[in-house]
Amino acid sequence: MNLDNQKKAVNILGIETSCDETSVSVVKDGSTILSNIISSQIDIHKRFGGVVPEVASRKHVEGINFILQQALEEAKLTLDDIDGVAVTYGPGLIGALLVGIAAAKAISFTKGIPLIGVHHIAGHIYANHLVKPLQFPLIALVVSGGHTELVYMEQHNHFEILGQTRDDAVGEAFDKVARALNLPYPGGPHIDRLAQQGNATIHLPRALLDQSYDFSFSGLKSAVINALHNAKQKEEEISKEDMAASFQEAVVDVLATKTMRAVKEKGVKQLIVAGGVAANKGLRNRLMQETEATSVDLTIPPLELCTDNAAMIACNGYFLHQSKQWSKLDLNGIASLSLESAYNDK
Amino acid sequence: MTTSYEIKTMDVNETQRLAAKLAKYLKARDVITLEGDLGAGKTSFTQGLALGLGITQIVNSPTFTLIKEYQGNLPLYHMDVYRLEGEDEDLGFEEYFYGEGISVVEWAQFIEDYLPDQLLNIIILKLDENRRLLRFEPKGDYYIELCKEFFENENISH
Repeated sequence: MNLDNQKKAVNILGIETSCDETSVSVVKDGSTILSNIISSQIDIHKRFGGVVPEVASRKHVEGINFILQQALEEAKLTLDDIDGVAVTYGPGLIGALLVGIAAAKAISFTKGIPLIGVHHIAGHIYANHLVKPLQFPLIALVVSGGHTELVYMEQHNHFEILGQTRDDAVGEAFDKVARALNLPYPGGPHIDRLAQQGNATIHLPRALLDQSYDFSFSGLKSAVINALHNAKQKEEEISKEDMAASFQEAVVDVLATKTMRAVKEKGVKQLIVAGGVAANKGLRNRLMQETEATSVDLTIPPLELCTDNAAMIACNGYFLHQSKQWSKLDLNGIASLSLESAYNDK
Repeated sequence: MTTSYEIKTMDVNETQRLAAKLAKYLKARDVITLEGDLGAGKTSFTQGLALGLGITQIVNSPTFTLIKEYQGNLPLYHMDVYRLEGEDEDLGFEEYFYGEGISVVEWAQFIEDYLPDQLLNIIILKLDENRRLLRFEPKGDYYIELCKEFFENENISH
């Protein structure tokens, strides 16, 4: 350990193309972000069609080389300074995943450096390590447009899924309710804003599903739609603010109740929140209140690390690299890759 | 004139049981499109179908991820192309439609150009909070025959 100062830094290049974003990043020693370029944040994206979903592999192909170049330039490095290349290999859209994987393989092969396959959700969890070191055991609540998962980790790269959504993801429920309230897309931030101005006066169901850690938000979505529909039939006015507040409270109630139950049952040191819905003020405030009087350390990364990015992939890649959990050059994209099988069987 | 079949269900459980029964009549490369408003029960219907295909995994909404794949007696490709409205974007749909499994597409009108000529369109109409009217609209001889057989064998009056 005394040699730390003389030890050469380990630079991992991360590549993420599983869904809407093309992103490339360089992370030093698993904790310092040297660059983190995300397609939607740069001008080239506008030239290629604005803020529409970048789901098509064609769009990833158009962007990847440029974004790779930007990531290296901003990190003031060349490919010769990279020690390993980490890439998301699932879950996601197969065509989109393959673009990132092909780029990662090409770099790994030509530079003779390890290729490291990363699970997208593991990346989201490791985004927290870029803010504050992970402390085990921990519980991670992963909440986004596409994911709702409660994950338990005892050590690095070991994941146990305690629960997941049986129907809609949280972020999706926000978007769909926002649409029913005629709010713009994406709806999450609008509901959050209106909720601050309203009162949770409308009774909405909370699907607690007994002792299970699974979630269900479809019934809540339907309840909101039905309440709006019934009010319209009776020509009554429902305050958008109150509906937003009531909906948000119901969602946060369920998320917080299950998360805190897992925190207590597993006796964890740290609770981390990941994914785009981590930006929701209602959720943040509630979890802060719930953990305040406990010894549990609550960590929520800044928004740019909550949404899809390659720094989180590079970060998880670093820990896989350190334990030599490398992938072979025949690594394939897996659309429905499970978190547990991606790591625990390695 | 196109043939269509209608059936009413009392609640989501009955809708899912019907979908599970329908699954037994399907084979690889069959394509089902689902129409219905938000909350009509398109994903619920697909969950029933998945059960009928022997899929034990949780089948949840593909709205954000667009396509989810499951392995049962046959693979199930569950797609929701809502986010592709106005995009005219091909995500390699042919590989699914003409692949190894059954494709179920929600909001299929947004990818009309990529849909096969023959398919089974199912419209789910909300009668009230729980009850639904399901209208089966087969396109092409194969699906007309499939619907005929399904509704006759299962003794469903329509």
